Amino acid sequence: MLHRFAFIGLMVAVLFGTLSSSYAQESSVPVPHPAKALKGEQCVEPAADMRRFHMQYLEHQRDDTMRLGIRGNKYSLRGCVECHATPDEKADGALTVRGFCKECHSYAAVTIDCFSCHTGKAEKQP
Amino acid sequence: MINADLNRRDFLQKATTATVAVATGVVLYQTGGTANAATRADATKRWGLLIDTNGCDAGCDACVGACKDENGWEGSGNPTTDPSWIRKVNLKDKRTGATKSLPVMCQHCENPPCVDVCPTTASFKRPDGIVLVDRHACIGCRYCIMACPYGARSFVHEPTKNQKPHMPRGMGTVESCTLCTHRIDEGRLPACVEACSTKGNAVMTFGDLNDKNSDISTQLAKHVTQRLRDDLGLEPGVLYGGL
Repeated sequence: MLHRFAFIGLMVAVLFGTLSSSYAQESSVPVPHPAKALKGEQCVEPAADMRRFHMQYLEHQRDDTMRLGIRGNKYSLRGCVECHATPDEKADGALTVRGFCKECHSYAAVTIDCFSCHTGKAEKQP
Repeated sequence: MINADLNRRDFLQKATTATVAVATGVVLYQTGGTANAATRADATKRWGLLIDTNGCDAGCDACVGACKDENGWEGSGNPTTDPSWIRKVNLKDKRTGATKSLPVMCQHCENPPCVDVCPTTASFKRPDGIVLVDRHACIGCRYCIMACPYGARSFVHEPTKNQKPHMPRGMGTVESCTLCTHRIDEGRLPACVEACSTKGNAVMTFGDLNDKNSDISTQLAKHVTQRLRDDLGLEPGVLYGGL
């Protein structure tokens, strides 16, 4: 009995590991490919961290800035826009961050409304 | 029964070990990073504005224009629904015919009624006395608009475009004068005060009401000033001279 349970537990764990790695290699799955940042080689955190935690970083600094006037944080929405803006057809070719954000958010069926109030346009336009 | 229990415990222990082995190096949850704070709203300060109405010209609206440019709001020609962060009010004494002109914006009350009525705590007062709307939390109920005796707040009826990077604005939320927090946090003057001194008649003084030696405090000690609707006990941070 004990052996059987332990074996099943191990199999489940191994299956999870192989499943996740085989998904990444599957070519038929439309994995998002967000564009490289315009400037800089390195984001404020490693890319894997940013992918997973950017929303928490941004929400934290959002409340700090709004409520307490703390500015100049490491994380900021402006920072995202300034580095990750790409030419946007919908904005007549102006540099906006829309394409970069949308790449993953539409894949993950996430609706964000940052840019219904904040401007997604980079300050320096070509 | 006892044996079955032991088996389950054993199984759970082994399964946990296996899962942990697979999940090593994967962080499941993390909160936001530490803030490298450059500025902070200072609770020892109380930002205030003094407006000398004796010099304020009815034909001048430099402060209104500067606010529009700085914060990216503009009217669409419909005064009942247009945003209005600051407006010029012209008064006339019917008995004598004497006139006055003064800008009216959010008075940044010590006891703001807009904060009292807000059901989502979107309307709040910063530690340095500036009253703001957190539009992340604003649901557009407009209670604060009704509560404000100065008519200082407005609702965004139209879709917004061309927002300034420092001043997000969105349809369906309430907005008002922020005393240019983004400039104050950088040590600069509010846009209206700057415009009044360069393009207008230099009747606006901005400063810390808590600091006895500040320009605004020395002027307040010299001249008789008045707060709008002082009877309400809201202790506004905006004071008017010569009314």
